[in-house]
Amino acid sequence: MGRKMDAALKMSVNNLDFYYGGSRALTKVSLEFKANQVTALIGPSGCGKSTLLRCLNRMNDLIPYSRAEGEVLLDGENIYDPKVDVVSLRRRVGMVFQKPNPFPKTIFENVAYGLRVNGVKDRALIEQKVEQTLKNSALWEEVKDRLHHSALGLSGGQQQRLCIARALAVEPEVVLMDEPASALDPIATQKIEELINQLKESYTIIIVTHNMQQAARVSDITAFFYLGELIEVGVTDTIFTRPRLKQTEDYITGRFG
Amino acid sequence: MSAEALKSPYPLSTEKANRGENPGGRRGLQSRRKVIQSVVFTFFRVAAVINGAALLIIVSFLVANGYRAINWTFLTQPPMDSMTRGGILPCIVGTLCLSLGAIVVALPIGVASAIYLHEYARPGKILRLIRLGINNLAGVPSVVFGLFGLAFFVVYLEMGVSILAGSLTLGALTLPVIIGSAEESLRAVPDTYREASLGLGATKWQTIYRVVLPAALPGVLTGAILGISRAAGETAPIMFTAAVFFTPSLPTSLFDEIMALPYHIYVLATAGTEIEKTRHLQYGTALVLIVLVLGLNLVAIIYRARLRRKRMG
Repeated sequence: MGRKMDAALKMSVNNLDFYYGGSRALTKVSLEFKANQVTALIGPSGCGKSTLLRCLNRMNDLIPYSRAEGEVLLDGENIYDPKVDVVSLRRRVGMVFQKPNPFPKTIFENVAYGLRVNGVKDRALIEQKVEQTLKNSALWEEVKDRLHHSALGLSGGQQQRLCIARALAVEPEVVLMDEPASALDPIATQKIEELINQLKESYTIIIVTHNMQQAARVSDITAFFYLGELIEVGVTDTIFTRPRLKQTEDYITGRFG
Repeated sequence: MSAEALKSPYPLSTEKANRGENPGGRRGLQSRRKVIQSVVFTFFRVAAVINGAALLIIVSFLVANGYRAINWTFLTQPPMDSMTRGGILPCIVGTLCLSLGAIVVALPIGVASAIYLHEYARPGKILRLIRLGINNLAGVPSVVFGLFGLAFFVVYLEMGVSILAGSLTLGALTLPVIIGSAEESLRAVPDTYREASLGLGATKWQTIYRVVLPAALPGVLTGAILGISRAAGETAPIMFTAAVFFTPSLPTSLFDEIMALPYHIYVLATAGTEIEKTRHLQYGTALVLIVLVLGLNLVAIIYRARLRRKRMG
């Protein structure tokens, strides 16, 4: 698989600090995300990787008394600029969560949801879009006969792929994934990873994972965080075979964390 | 590590006790714990049984004493001969009007308040103050609501003794119940739904309207029906605001005064000319009231179960 190392810059984080109340969760993080690549954020629990991920679509705005300082650029535009509309930002930067969280609606309505809230009314267009998205998410064959049944009747792995489909339906440019396979069994995990591999042809993907093998398998770039700081970032193969820093090597080989 | 230590790694092992060593010690501990457990469980069981039995006793008492009064005439005619004969149709209609009116008033305001309190309001002084107000409203005696309704709706707003004034008063009374249960149902909606919706570019209001409220609906409706049944049984708030001693005609407008089941029971039992003679009518009226309330609760339970089933697919 040829990796596009000269890919276009999609998002970049410049000198980002993040605070929950008085405690600092991210310290001077600077990192770039390139288009059509998968970037994995790794590090021990509490290292700030999920916080960083949730800064990228300003999901952290929901947490009272939290505050971000610094810049996050999406196509060169600072998403923390007061003029930015958070709602349309989140349409461009989609998110898949740790636990599958389909709405208690039908499978069809779950995928159609993002279209509907973004003002799509045309029934035929919605139907076509739902089918296409489910096909792209490798779920169509499994659910095409029960589109109008509750999504809660699906298995955990199917639910998570449905959540990915739901996120993709609104055609985001960046997809954030917060440990998307951590609640799934190995076979479901494998399907998610295959999906991520396909999806990077059309999207920029940023994934938080606790699973080193997963990071090694799915990502092009790996960034290692510790105590709120970015310790090392580089091409995944290099990070996993010849990390520059001892700290990174210790974490990857399981000596701490 | 010795084999013995491997076999009984912690002191609760019954092995030694079973062999007859240390008889008063470990075996005693084990059986004492079992006794305590069964005593506690028995207490819980009795408490639950008392609860169920109380309802059963009340209902069977009413049925035993009131079933003779129940017939077609009783359910479809107004009272006759100084209320010693005839039926209670105006009371049934009146109580239905008042309950419906109360819920029409209280449900939108209550749910809107709950949404504000749980979804929009930032924690702080104002929120605490509002909550304090709601909690205190819940503690206000119902007769005080009656007097408030009389002073404010009946007199000051010139509604007169009417369905409207009574519904507003009962609505105010049920508001805390509805806010409480609606807020509880909103709290039970997982935050992951909200995050997923916002993450798709939905606005806060779209998230609440399309995801949070539907998920909270069964709980909200249960609360609403519990509110109605509370309102249906109240006497004090309506005796000054809506209900009258006697009116043979059914209401035709919101400004009509009406008869109501709880107030009718009160009237028959205390203010009639021949209290003894109407005893069976009193029981009959009470039976109709309780059947109405239980019926409403049943509707709530069935509706909620159906909503849940539909959702789980």
